[in-house]
Amino acid sequence: MPNETEPTPAAGISRGEVAHLAHLARLAVTDQELDTFAGQLDVILQAVARVGEVTAGDIPPTSHAVPLTNVLREDEPAPCLPREDALSGAPDPAQGRFRVPRILDEEE
Amino acid sequence: MAEPTELTTLTAAGLAGLIAAGEVSAVEVTRAHLDRIAATDHRVHAFLQVDTDGAAAAAAAVDAARAAGQPLGPLAGVPVAVKDAFTTRGLPTTCGSKILEGWRPPYDSTTVARLRQAGLVVLGKTNLDEFAMGSSTEYSAYGPTRNPWDLNRIPGGSGGGSSASLAAYQAPLAVGSDTGGSIRQPGAVTGTVGAKPTYGGTSRYGLIAFSSSLDTPGPCARTVADAAALHAVIAGHDPADSTSIPQPVPDVVGAAARGATGDLAGVRLGLVRELAGEGAEPGVVAAFREAVDALTKLGAEVVEVSCPHFGYALPAYYLIAPSECSSNLARFDGVRYGLRVGDDGSRALEEVMSLTREAGFGPEVKRRIMLGTYALSSGYYDAYYGQAQKVRTLIARDFATAFEIADVLISPTTPFVAFPFGERTADPYQMYLADLYTIPANLAGSPAISVPCGLSEGLPVGLQVMAPTMADDRMYRVAAALESAVPPPTPPAL
Repeated sequence: MPNETEPTPAAGISRGEVAHLAHLARLAVTDQELDTFAGQLDVILQAVARVGEVTAGDIPPTSHAVPLTNVLREDEPAPCLPREDALSGAPDPAQGRFRVPRILDEEE
Repeated sequence: MAEPTELTTLTAAGLAGLIAAGEVSAVEVTRAHLDRIAATDHRVHAFLQVDTDGAAAAAAAVDAARAAGQPLGPLAGVPVAVKDAFTTRGLPTTCGSKILEGWRPPYDSTTVARLRQAGLVVLGKTNLDEFAMGSSTEYSAYGPTRNPWDLNRIPGGSGGGSSASLAAYQAPLAVGSDTGGSIRQPGAVTGTVGAKPTYGGTSRYGLIAFSSSLDTPGPCARTVADAAALHAVIAGHDPADSTSIPQPVPDVVGAAARGATGDLAGVRLGLVRELAGEGAEPGVVAAFREAVDALTKLGAEVVEVSCPHFGYALPAYYLIAPSECSSNLARFDGVRYGLRVGDDGSRALEEVMSLTREAGFGPEVKRRIMLGTYALSSGYYDAYYGQAQKVRTLIARDFATAFEIADVLISPTTPFVAFPFGERTADPYQMYLADLYTIPANLAGSPAISVPCGLSEGLPVGLQVMAPTMADDRMYRVAAALESAVPPPTPPAL
């Protein structure tokens, strides 16, 4: 296990930062959740920041354990999911499409 | 009432043999398991959905095929429980989340399609932590599953429903998915077998995505041979998954049979110094050491290996998995499937989306989405996600070095036995520690299995066998050998 006395990168996350993250992630969190999450994320971030203790300057990153690249199928027509099946779980299908709430605000 | 019937205590191999010989029908086998579920699941809550009609029809089809003289697969007619993270055509699939409540998928996952093609009978969908994020099923939006060994304790997670259904004799087989230990840790704490195949050895098509570079479907069973037989059914290349490995499946069934002879002469077991008990309960360490002695008596040679970066696997995982989850779960936007909240005509899309996700996701999923959003944001990316990916490389190198002197690596599966409900939910990081020993194999993409190795204070302990990539057969051989020397524990009657 790593040396626990090593300094860790400064973590720490404020309530305001959590509010910003929630906005980026499209989560309409409550004020109470902001307090809870700020404390919990702070603990988690301090723990995971220990990856910074590893000297890994020239080490290539691994995004994926399987070394496959450019996996393509043959460019041949094949049956796909029928439209009514694709729409079967939609909360508000209309005219064979997904209906969405308006995308722009009134003033835009 | 609470005693399992004879049919429900048999192994999958035993049931398949009886069905093939015509000594019992697939319909009778299925009915026995459905009856068992009906008699016990109000106490265990392993299932979110029981497909009584679908299971009866599938079983009748197997009986008809046999009557017509058609060849049957090795597990034809055997019931199987499916983790509710896999899509099942027409059968509700929630992934343990309110955001997918009532959703009926328009297609089968590859795993489920292969089960059906092989004549297995899908009994229903099992409980899990929401979107497979957790180690106890306490994060399921539909309430936790209870451990058949002690109904006041967790069954592990995320796939606690699948493993509990085996320990409760509700199903002889189950499928799960393992991103950081979600098959192996529930297997360990319920006294059952759970295997994570090589990443890419089983298809992710139709497995609802959590962390795409880690998610791996795999088998759960009460015996190693049954797990191997199920592995052989679901594994193999799938063109629908671009990360599926286009190579033959290792002979896991043959390896399990070879291991069951109890001969491990010439097999080198690597005892990982960094996973040898740090942070583990004394009873877990004691059971593990006794199991190592038993393996030695079977002829195996134990060598100590060092994997110096394994201590950083947990932090790296809890950056990589949340990062991928924050991206994957962006698809739940209230447009194409699932919940939509607040669409009263006055609100714009973005607000409806935020209200939908706030209402549909539970606290652990929100925490991980925000953690991943943070780790991927500019300014923090290099220090967190980028650094975690480099650590991932170093962990894979540690494995490679260790496998130069050992055929497989061994460790306890999880540091602690099944804990009481509520013990680890107040501090999320305490829950994460359940994955301490299982995560390295996920980061490296290599296979690993958990097999029962005894009890600690009356509760099951699991031993983990880790093998090199695409050498899944090796772990089955060692696990089956251990099973022959240390018979799996029998859970108490419910």
